[in-house]
Amino acid sequence: MQNAAKSHHETATGRAVRWALTFVALLFLTLFVVVPLALVFVNAFEKGWHGYLAAISQPDARAAIRLTLIAAAAAVPLNTIFGIAAAWSVSKFDFPGKNILVTLLDIPFAVSPVISGLIFVLIFGLQGWLGPWLEDHGIQIVFAAPGIILATMFVTVPFVARELIPHMQAQGREEEEAALVLGANGLQTFFRVTLPNIKWSLLYGVILCTARATGEYGAVAVVSGHTQGGTNTIPLHVEILYNGYDSSGAFAVASLLTLLSVVTLIIKKVMEWKSSGAAVHGN
Amino acid sequence: MGRKRNNILPGFGLSTGFTLTYLSLFILIPLSAVFLKTATENWADMWKTVTSPRLIASYKLTLGASFLSALINAFFGLLVAWVLARYAFPGKRIVDAIVDIPFALPTAVAGISLTALYAPNGWFGRYLNAIGIQVAYTRVGVLIALMFVGLPFVVRNVQPVLEDLDLEIEEAARSLGATRWQTFSRVIVPTILPSLLTGFSLAFARALGEYGSVVFISGNRVFQTEITAFMIMNKLDQHDVPGATAIASVMLVVSFLLLLGINLLQARTRRYMETT
Repeated sequence: MQNAAKSHHETATGRAVRWALTFVALLFLTLFVVVPLALVFVNAFEKGWHGYLAAISQPDARAAIRLTLIAAAAAVPLNTIFGIAAAWSVSKFDFPGKNILVTLLDIPFAVSPVISGLIFVLIFGLQGWLGPWLEDHGIQIVFAAPGIILATMFVTVPFVARELIPHMQAQGREEEEAALVLGANGLQTFFRVTLPNIKWSLLYGVILCTARATGEYGAVAVVSGHTQGGTNTIPLHVEILYNGYDSSGAFAVASLLTLLSVVTLIIKKVMEWKSSGAAVHGN
Repeated sequence: MGRKRNNILPGFGLSTGFTLTYLSLFILIPLSAVFLKTATENWADMWKTVTSPRLIASYKLTLGASFLSALINAFFGLLVAWVLARYAFPGKRIVDAIVDIPFALPTAVAGISLTALYAPNGWFGRYLNAIGIQVAYTRVGVLIALMFVGLPFVVRNVQPVLEDLDLEIEEAARSLGATRWQTFSRVIVPTILPSLLTGFSLAFARALGEYGSVVFISGNRVFQTEITAFMIMNKLDQHDVPGATAIASVMLVVSFLLLLGINLLQARTRRYMETT
């Protein structure tokens, strides 16, 4: 880690270069990343604790929080089960077309969030495939909660699988094979051997998926129809407050999402440090 | 080969079948709706939509700002990755975590925060305005937002390669009389180039489709600061679903070509990492 820095014969020029590069890098990160993050919290408390609490407990804000939690409660468990199945298939078996399958997994990352929302309008909207039939039966999917849930699911499909695949591939299949040879059945092998090995990356995948599900904006903006109190999620409520010139209210509600993303980040880093520390001790 | 013979693990059929069904139901079939819808619409009308001057202006802005932001990120991302991989300084772990903030922060939050920061009365905006630079509601604002979301892609791709780089090769170059700059440009740059290119293309691809962090700071002024993703939204607001679909197909084709290129690049980088 400190090989170059503490290297035995660092010249005066070398030190000057190191100081200059470190200074520019830290200045860049401060101005472009840290200040925008700090601004969220500073503006959130512009009107003090009272203003903050009032903004996040207002009925519209509560409705938005509720819908966001419902969408996450639907998307996260389903995508977690999918992630485990996909990771098991891709990391424990070799089959033709595996690389294509892994590429397909990344589609929601590659597609613009606006398009992720649009596809559900094309299927369930009034001018869409199922639109007329749905209308005859009085079922509303887009511009209502089900559309928001579907769009949230779509954009968060890859997260758990993406976390698990590299980890499970690195682990190989010897441990599972040993368990099976010793007489364990498939489920016992999964729960007693595989799951304990992947629990941290699984946990992180679930947290990341939750953070993304609650913070999704573009896809959800397309399918929501923007009716206040009815089909707003937290990010949409933030947008309405911001465009309505209630800046401190917008940042107060936005700070909830920001806190969740900062917590996600801390968990990720702690896990990385733990695993790199374990690797060092293992050697 | 021969998984039946060599592999005794159960659940291949179940896990692969479930994966394929889920992917088809939630990703492939919905996504194919865009292309099927495009195919059944009036092609002449759609061509008129996607080649209208307002759309052309949006392509120019989206492509130009995305490319420029990825280029600037390639420079600063390499610098940050270098400092993190090579130098020791207090608080390095925190700095390493800070790099991931743009990944973690929801786009709408980044959008309003950057807008408030660079607005004429904002923390940065008031000083920039005083010297005649306007960022919020201009193309510079679009660029700043895209730089924000793209930065981690470059750092996270380049940093592991720099950490793995063998210091002995550089010492050999130095002892053979190469200057600091020659060592960097002739020894280090060729080694990290594939990962730098991957980071650049990922940042570029992300920027092309970006919506939430841009639409607040851009102000969406006609012919000036409208990005292509916003134009889809704009068509939908006017209930012009065929128009929105036509623009979406253009964007999808570009994104898929990029995804293909990035996968090839990553395969090359991986092969390199495995051989060293």
